[in-house]
Amino acid sequence: MIKNISNLGDAALYCDFGKEVNREINSKVIRYFKTIQNKKILGVNNLTPSYNKLIISFDLKKINFNKLKKIIDNIEIINDDSIQNKKFEIPVCCEKDFSLDIKRLEEKLQMKEEKIYESFFEKEFFCYMTGFIAGMPFLGDLGENLSAKRLDTPRVRVPKGSIGITEQFANIYSFESPGGWNIIGNTPVNIFNSSKENEPNLINPGDLVKFIRITKEKYQNYHE
Amino acid sequence: MSKNYFKIIRAGINSTFQDLGRSNLYHVGIPFSGAMDNRNYLLANKLTRNNHNYPVIEFAYQGPHLKYFGDKLNVAITGDVTFIIKKGDNSIDGACYQSFILENNDELDIISTNKSVYGYLAISGKFDLKFQWSSCSTNTKANIGSNKGEKLTDNQKINIKEINQNFVNKKLNYINTKIENIRVIKGTNFNYFSEEGKKIFFKNDFKVSKLSDRMGMRLEGKKIENIVDTNIRSEGLIKGVIQVPSDGNPIIMFSDHGTIGGYPKIGVVISADYDKLVQLTPGSIIKFQEVDLDAAEKLFNLYDLETQNLISQI
Repeated sequence: MIKNISNLGDAALYCDFGKEVNREINSKVIRYFKTIQNKKILGVNNLTPSYNKLIISFDLKKINFNKLKKIIDNIEIINDDSIQNKKFEIPVCCEKDFSLDIKRLEEKLQMKEEKIYESFFEKEFFCYMTGFIAGMPFLGDLGENLSAKRLDTPRVRVPKGSIGITEQFANIYSFESPGGWNIIGNTPVNIFNSSKENEPNLINPGDLVKFIRITKEKYQNYHE
Repeated sequence: MSKNYFKIIRAGINSTFQDLGRSNLYHVGIPFSGAMDNRNYLLANKLTRNNHNYPVIEFAYQGPHLKYFGDKLNVAITGDVTFIIKKGDNSIDGACYQSFILENNDELDIISTNKSVYGYLAISGKFDLKFQWSSCSTNTKANIGSNKGEKLTDNQKINIKEINQNFVNKKLNYINTKIENIRVIKGTNFNYFSEEGKKIFFKNDFKVSKLSDRMGMRLEGKKIENIVDTNIRSEGLIKGVIQVPSDGNPIIMFSDHGTIGGYPKIGVVISADYDKLVQLTPGSIIKFQEVDLDAAEKLFNLYDLETQNLISQI
């Protein structure tokens, strides 16, 4: 049972799994997400799992908050250990034109550029969720030393392929988009493919990702 | 080869194909999309005797200028829109909420929306479009939907695959009203803001900025001070959520919004006010007014009844 459910506006349930971010809590969120998804509840038109929250949106013409909450309150999760986790290596170029916020980060973190990259590239990341824009993976966890806040005012345009970091997380901008993360590089890999309707995302929750630093030459000559 | 088609002489500022949008894809990062102003979308389809979920052309500010080639076609425009129909040397001023017939070589010039943002053009029949995840809705940010996920461009063709041969003219007496008071339910991070900040949110005026589009609306006003944290753990968003980043200016999520966000949510616009909100042009002044969940549900039922009532009048 989900202990803490409130309303987000008049057409969504906000299920709160606590403040902490770790793989255990995230796995619980994902299990609820899959269970509710499989139930195909009339009126539910979207589910958004994240680190430690699950938002259930619904069509106010078909159901309302109190009725849906009663249904969700009575749902038991199935333990599904059969989820396969894939591993990916994502090449990243950190040349000046791509590392839009590296100077800002040097100041924010009081660290030299090389140290920031060294610390970033040695990590193996876990995918907690996907979204914001189609296919964008939210990856963790960066070390404490790289924890930086978002930009004060989000950029109107972040280039496609940008690698951003904030707090203990990294992400990949699958499209040009507005966004507030600190940009440190760019990947030539296409991480979203809309022609694959069943699985448009390259990286999915539970997958593992390692970033590999490449030169500008390699970036320009990259073929999938 | 389609024998009935439009040739686009001028595409307009942001003309896209839209329908009711696509659901159950937030978890991969794909928003609903779909027509911004749902009521005017539904009315356009009813005026052309279509099913309620048929694709239409949505335009913003300046609409498309089209030349039509083919058999007689019934069309209708909804919103608050100035347009002309050119038949040979004759130029006729068009009227919204009234279906009319286009014949071979006629031109339809949608000049602009008046003191509003979006308008809708429906044809009695079906455009020849590609659907993705059961919707034609074009999401230009992710290049999803018909027209390769792009907005319409000058000189391209729009093919029509099916024409409804029933030429009964339909008309509705309806005037779009504007709202200044946007009703909201407190957001999940309402208490992140100072007492003064909360007061500003509900008492002060906010101006719609130029940085507004199908993704969202940025507002300008007195800074809303955050006393807890200007970031939250990224989590799901829905249409109508009002986020306040650290610069203190609210941003409201619209149909093509990002599915996940990390700025505190001060409030959520109620479903009943969404259609009217999206129509506010840059420079418009709005005020937020608090309502509770119960009131929001009642207001939505009323709004929906009103929409159904309008549809049944056609």
